[in-house]
Amino acid sequence: MSAIPADPNVTAVSATPRTETNYLNADWSIKSWLLTGDHKRIGILYLVTVSFFFFLGSIAAGLIRYELTAPAGFILESETYNKVFSAHGIIMVFLFLIVAIPAILGNFLLPLMIGARDMAFPRLNLLSWYLFMIGGACIMGGMINGGVDSGWTFYVPYSSMYANSNVTMVLTGIFIAGFSSITTGINFIVTTHKMRAPGMTWFRLPLMVWALYATGVVIILGTPVVAVTLLCIIFERVFHLPIFSAELGGDPVLFQHLFWFYSHPAVYIMILPAFGVQSELIANFARKRVFGYHLIAFSSLAIAGLGFLVWGHHMFISSESMYQGVVFSLISFLVAIPSAIKVFNWTATLYKGNIRLQTPMIYALGFIGLFTIGGLTGLFLGCLGTDVHLTNTYFIVAHFHYVMVGGAVTAFLGGLHYWWPKMTGRLYPESIAKWNAVLVFIGFNLTFFPQFIVGFMGMPRRYHYYYFAPEFQPYHIMSTLGSTVLALSFIIPGLYLTRSLTKGAKASANPWGAHGLEWETSSPPPTSNFLQIPVVLDEVYDFDPVTEHEQDKAAQALEVPSYLSNEAKSIESEKEKR
Amino acid sequence: MFSNFPATPPQASSFSREHDLIFYALLALTIIFTVMVGIGVIYFVIKYKRGSDADRSRPIYEDARLETAWSVIPLILALIMFYFGTKLFITMRVPPADAQEIFVIGKQWMWHVQHSNGVRENNTLHVPAGKPFKLTMISQDVIHAFYIPAFRAQMHVVPGRYTTMWFTPTQPGKYHLFCSMYCGTQHSEMGGTVVVMEPREWANWIENGGQSQATLTLEQSGERLYKQLACNNCHGAEDNMRAPSLYGIWGKKRTLTGGRSVIADQSYLRESILRPHNKITNGYSNTMPVYDGQINEEDVLKLMAYIKVIGSSVGGPSSSGTDTAAAVLNGTKGTMSPFAANAIQYQNSSMRRVDSTPTTRSGELAVNAIAAQQEAKGN
Repeated sequence: MSAIPADPNVTAVSATPRTETNYLNADWSIKSWLLTGDHKRIGILYLVTVSFFFFLGSIAAGLIRYELTAPAGFILESETYNKVFSAHGIIMVFLFLIVAIPAILGNFLLPLMIGARDMAFPRLNLLSWYLFMIGGACIMGGMINGGVDSGWTFYVPYSSMYANSNVTMVLTGIFIAGFSSITTGINFIVTTHKMRAPGMTWFRLPLMVWALYATGVVIILGTPVVAVTLLCIIFERVFHLPIFSAELGGDPVLFQHLFWFYSHPAVYIMILPAFGVQSELIANFARKRVFGYHLIAFSSLAIAGLGFLVWGHHMFISSESMYQGVVFSLISFLVAIPSAIKVFNWTATLYKGNIRLQTPMIYALGFIGLFTIGGLTGLFLGCLGTDVHLTNTYFIVAHFHYVMVGGAVTAFLGGLHYWWPKMTGRLYPESIAKWNAVLVFIGFNLTFFPQFIVGFMGMPRRYHYYYFAPEFQPYHIMSTLGSTVLALSFIIPGLYLTRSLTKGAKASANPWGAHGLEWETSSPPPTSNFLQIPVVLDEVYDFDPVTEHEQDKAAQALEVPSYLSNEAKSIESEKEKR
Repeated sequence: MFSNFPATPPQASSFSREHDLIFYALLALTIIFTVMVGIGVIYFVIKYKRGSDADRSRPIYEDARLETAWSVIPLILALIMFYFGTKLFITMRVPPADAQEIFVIGKQWMWHVQHSNGVRENNTLHVPAGKPFKLTMISQDVIHAFYIPAFRAQMHVVPGRYTTMWFTPTQPGKYHLFCSMYCGTQHSEMGGTVVVMEPREWANWIENGGQSQATLTLEQSGERLYKQLACNNCHGAEDNMRAPSLYGIWGKKRTLTGGRSVIADQSYLRESILRPHNKITNGYSNTMPVYDGQINEEDVLKLMAYIKVIGSSVGGPSSSGTDTAAAVLNGTKGTMSPFAANAIQYQNSSMRRVDSTPTTRSGELAVNAIAAQQEAKGN
């Protein structure tokens, strides 16, 4: 038995094609990229553009942090500051978080993981990237041409009647980008239902696929609602159609209901795929089947379902009725349980595993810690009595950054490192990457932990000045110092990953000795993914930590460093197959 | 550098304690679970790290009892926290019947507060300790939120509908008042101070129309100023060696040195207060100091109002004229018609608003505010 435990069971899996054509070098023309239907190339297109947007959003974040070190700022006017934090929120939410894991990793991996040649609708998939780019261009256009200062939440009547900035164009951009989400969601659902390889039953699906499937459901149920809502703002803003604004006869609180009906589930669009990545990383680096596979799969669906019933917890103090608040609070406490189950199950997976502390695993372990804090601090906000004090403060900012950055971004980085050899066919320098993963964890905590304290003290969010409350300053200085470390830890992977494209060592088909169909094909995979469609006969995450440990011992006896021995073995097994 | 390094907001309302108890209970839960998960992760990683000789036989992949346990225990804890949170929330939402009502209007970018007896204030809220207050709030433009961290009280202020919040302040002191719902350019500067006073102090304050001391009419403050500046040392009830008396001067013809004459009207009085050397009354020498640049226009108006009163009286303090003056100066509330009283109060309150710019956070330059603060600290 080799390091690829699937070998004996998976029949007719293609070996590396002799001709080294893969999806990357099949055709070098620009046209072949821009008109591609290949889900892997579309994933790469997304990776490049989304990374660019992440860079822009991070610059905005940096500006905010530096401005807040002084109680009265020193670089920006209040108007500019408001535009900067709005830009940060809009870019990070609509052009990074919602897209990052589903559209980059999801697009690239879903067909590979279920043994399909492509998505169910390849052209729709390409369309989704173009819609994303048109939407992104509109948003960028609006931000350059006057900016937008309504925050990413676009609360009315400020956004519809009072903001003097370029709200309409940015909303149009988000509206268009929404369709990009919807097409991706449809593709995920149909592909999972119809394109699974023979033998890939529902309960043999990797948990990443379950997570992407649940994400697809949330996307297609939620996104149309926010699309209509944003369109309503545009109508009110441009044609003075009375919908939300009280002075026109509308209801501003109605907007909040509609907006959060999407935007709370949108949190799950961001975090569910991260759960998926996390399950893959934990299973493959603990070398053990995920503990409670079924419970994790169902908890993804439970979160997707319950996630639609808790939007009102964003509105406890916004004049919704007291009884509404009580019901929404109760359901919010319930939705915390599936997330708690996941954390416990990941921890339990480590028990009796054969744990390898490689870069993706360090991100995954960091994720457990950060997501635990992020999730538990959510209880403070779902709890009615404490929410009254903590909502709209930096406590909430810290909470959702623990979930969104500590959760989603950490998982994205972990996943990117894990699948990087598969996507590019190259290895990155392991030791730098490992230390950088630790740096992300430290920088992140330094940045956002002080914000819990300053939030509890009452510092409202979206404040430019706080000269009237100088007691907040030490925490802002700490946070800014942390954000410098965090920024550094985002720049370093950008450099070494880019460098690895040309200088990195060539990756074998399965450099991690991981389990999963995506590792059964060459790195990078051929355009058609598999030369022959695989037939799946074994269970998911079919690791055997005991045997593996014995093999390690045997290898140690031969005085071969364990990491190399594994590499060697996987290469050997490749040869055997040929 | 940071001698003042608090990590918690002050507790100043009846909700604060209960809120903080729930907060710390949740915090304890968070710490316990995070430490549990953290220790679990670190322990397993060390024990089952690749190459370690730990026992890996008979691994478990699913265990209904274990999974039920860690679904049900958090669920029970969550429901307990839900119960206490909801209980506090319902208390926060249902004001007691005896709560006194205060009206709050939010607009870009200031808070306007109206007490039930008509006293108004901007960007400040004065309340006594120990008495429940119910705030009925509405916005004039966009959505704001009225947030007093020390009271653990926060509520949106929405255009087109009234929202309410209530609290019982407990601890006298000054606390932050914030707008916590993003409302546009100067959002961060829409706020001010909540002043919690001792009940008696507050009763005084509200009785005096929003001032810690009784409000003075223009004439009364003029009289006070007249004495403060020691005008009465020279300008007494009767002419003396140093200066002419100002009694009965109003509207009369004055003869100056050099033979010119002038009517004692407002512009003459103003000039003679600020630059007395320009027009010296016949028979006197130039001894009065120059007040130009020493007192402001408001003070001149006050002095003028007082001089008008004594200037309209006929003669010295013994004459009947001064009695009228005394009546004007002393007898206010009893004799005046309600309309006149209101007019004076309105005038005072509008004067006061000029006075009270420091409490108006918006419109004031941040840099100036900081300078003022540092100055205050230095002192």
